[in-house]
Amino acid sequence: MTAPAAEAHETHTASASRTPILQAKGLVKTFGKVVGLDGADLELYPGEVLAVIGDNGAGKSTLIKCLTGAEVPDRGEIWLGGERMAFRRPQDARQHGIETVYQNLAVSPALDVAENLYLGREERKKGPLGSVFRVLDRKGMRERARAELRSLGISTLQDVTVPVENLSGGQRQAVAVARAAAFGSRVVVLDEPTAALGVRESNQVLQLVRDLRDRGLPVILISHNMPHVFDVADRIHVQRLGKRAAVITPQTHSMTDAVAIMTGAATA
Amino acid sequence: MVQQTVSAPPGSHVDLGEEFAHRRHPLAAIRDLLHRYPALSPAIVLVVAVVVFGLLNDRFLRPENLSLITQQVAVVGTLAVAQTLIILTAGIDLSVGAVMVLASVVIAKAAVDGGLPGPVALLAGLAVGLLAGAANGLLVTRLKLPPFIVTLGTLNIFIALTLLYSGGATVRGSAMPDLLPWLGGTFKIGTVGVSFGVVAMLLLYAAVWFLLGKTAWGRHVYAVGDDKEAARLAGIRVNRVLMSVYLAAGAILAVAAWTIIGRTNAASPNAGAELNLDSITAVVIGGTSLFGGRGSIWGSLLGALIVGVFRNGLALAGLDVLYQTLAVGILIVVAVSVDQWIRKVKS
Repeated sequence: MTAPAAEAHETHTASASRTPILQAKGLVKTFGKVVGLDGADLELYPGEVLAVIGDNGAGKSTLIKCLTGAEVPDRGEIWLGGERMAFRRPQDARQHGIETVYQNLAVSPALDVAENLYLGREERKKGPLGSVFRVLDRKGMRERARAELRSLGISTLQDVTVPVENLSGGQRQAVAVARAAAFGSRVVVLDEPTAALGVRESNQVLQLVRDLRDRGLPVILISHNMPHVFDVADRIHVQRLGKRAAVITPQTHSMTDAVAIMTGAATA
Repeated sequence: MVQQTVSAPPGSHVDLGEEFAHRRHPLAAIRDLLHRYPALSPAIVLVVAVVVFGLLNDRFLRPENLSLITQQVAVVGTLAVAQTLIILTAGIDLSVGAVMVLASVVIAKAAVDGGLPGPVALLAGLAVGLLAGAANGLLVTRLKLPPFIVTLGTLNIFIALTLLYSGGATVRGSAMPDLLPWLGGTFKIGTVGVSFGVVAMLLLYAAVWFLLGKTAWGRHVYAVGDDKEAARLAGIRVNRVLMSVYLAAGAILAVAAWTIIGRTNAASPNAGAELNLDSITAVVIGGTSLFGGRGSIWGSLLGALIVGVFRNGLALAGLDVLYQTLAVGILIVVAVSVDQWIRKVKS
């Protein structure tokens, strides 16, 4: 919580003069003989959507896991807002304001929308009811959940008391994204958020990504879907063989170029 | 690029239509309701059973008989509190009855052979319950063994320990300090006699209802049973929650041990271990899902009452005890089928 407000005022377009909010330098991660990351770098600037693409086995998933504390890199450095980080667990990254929406959603189907938004960080009632008897402030959490969804423009989730399993895939994804947006003070990471969704639902999630950026939250988006990446990303990080092969933009490169860099047929 | 995404075949995406189809179907509306209130179906079954048995035999609704039913339900109902907690985490505990019997024998022998005062003997029983819960919990969380296998093993271990420790001998209530069989005593509400064991059971239900429904711990128990990995990624310490559940269950089983001493006015090493299945029956009939994450604590009380009412009502109707067993068996199959049907709401 050092100075996210100041960073939020900056514009969307990436410029070389600014300092990255999140930076990885020379990350190495091996699993036995398999090399997941081989000196990978990454920079995320304030107020941008950075897409991370790469073939299967290029190390994008390992890279993201290192950035969000789900894996600990063997070597290399992670910097957040000018501070060196040493994440051991997902909770560490979360405490520093990095929220992740995992591919398998990490929502609890039988709990309702508000309960899922506050899962793992429930709020208790004020006064002795909360401090002595540890009673949850259910009403307050529901109200704040409603406000959060409204501010994200998620109109399809009017009732926050519906169990998540009764929702469509897009609505569930919206719950997961809303949770990240509500608590992610500095960076939101989305791992394949549209992989399991229909067309209309995908578009809703992509709109959510744009909205997050417009609120000043930088977003890292991992995706296989080139049209989605080119639709929403400001810059595109291409991962290949455990390293960053190139950083391109939708304005300067086509999807074909991106695929060629991914497969090693071309360089940026 | 945007046009490309929009022009996909329209048939690939039909969830809105599906949703409306759900709403229109009356059966689906019932399913949604049962899904929301898992204790609703056992409540209906209990009311219908009481009315039917009351019509079949006018002795059924007499105060003495109602009092008898509640006293018969007290032990299984208390075991079911512990069982509900564990089943909510997608586990199962086959050792609840055996832990209760071991604790009751330890309580009785500590007082009678050890000469300890009643309250201290009860604390020894509590220690037995907590140790047993810790053993089950550690095996489930540390060795990552399925709860079914863990508790199948500890069930046999606890039965053997009970027999070794007691030498197979029953301790009579008359030899104990007054406190130990105290829960078997009754008082009157109107014309119905209520035992203190029933009151203890109801207090446990109220306490667990509060913990499950009103505290973050309760939400975490549901989340862990629902989807362990999702709970972990949401920042919940899954093993810690599981451990706390097994310890809480152990403490509740110590209360059950006290209750069964009062109910039978004895501590017998030979009776009670088989009540593990009755406790599972009560929980399942009460609408709690064996797959975890769904159910309500009051459902288990209703489940225990349903079993008690069926056994008592069929006996009063003059049917052989085998028909009671048959009826309970059918109830279980129906309850699990209903649960499966309710769970289909999501797909």
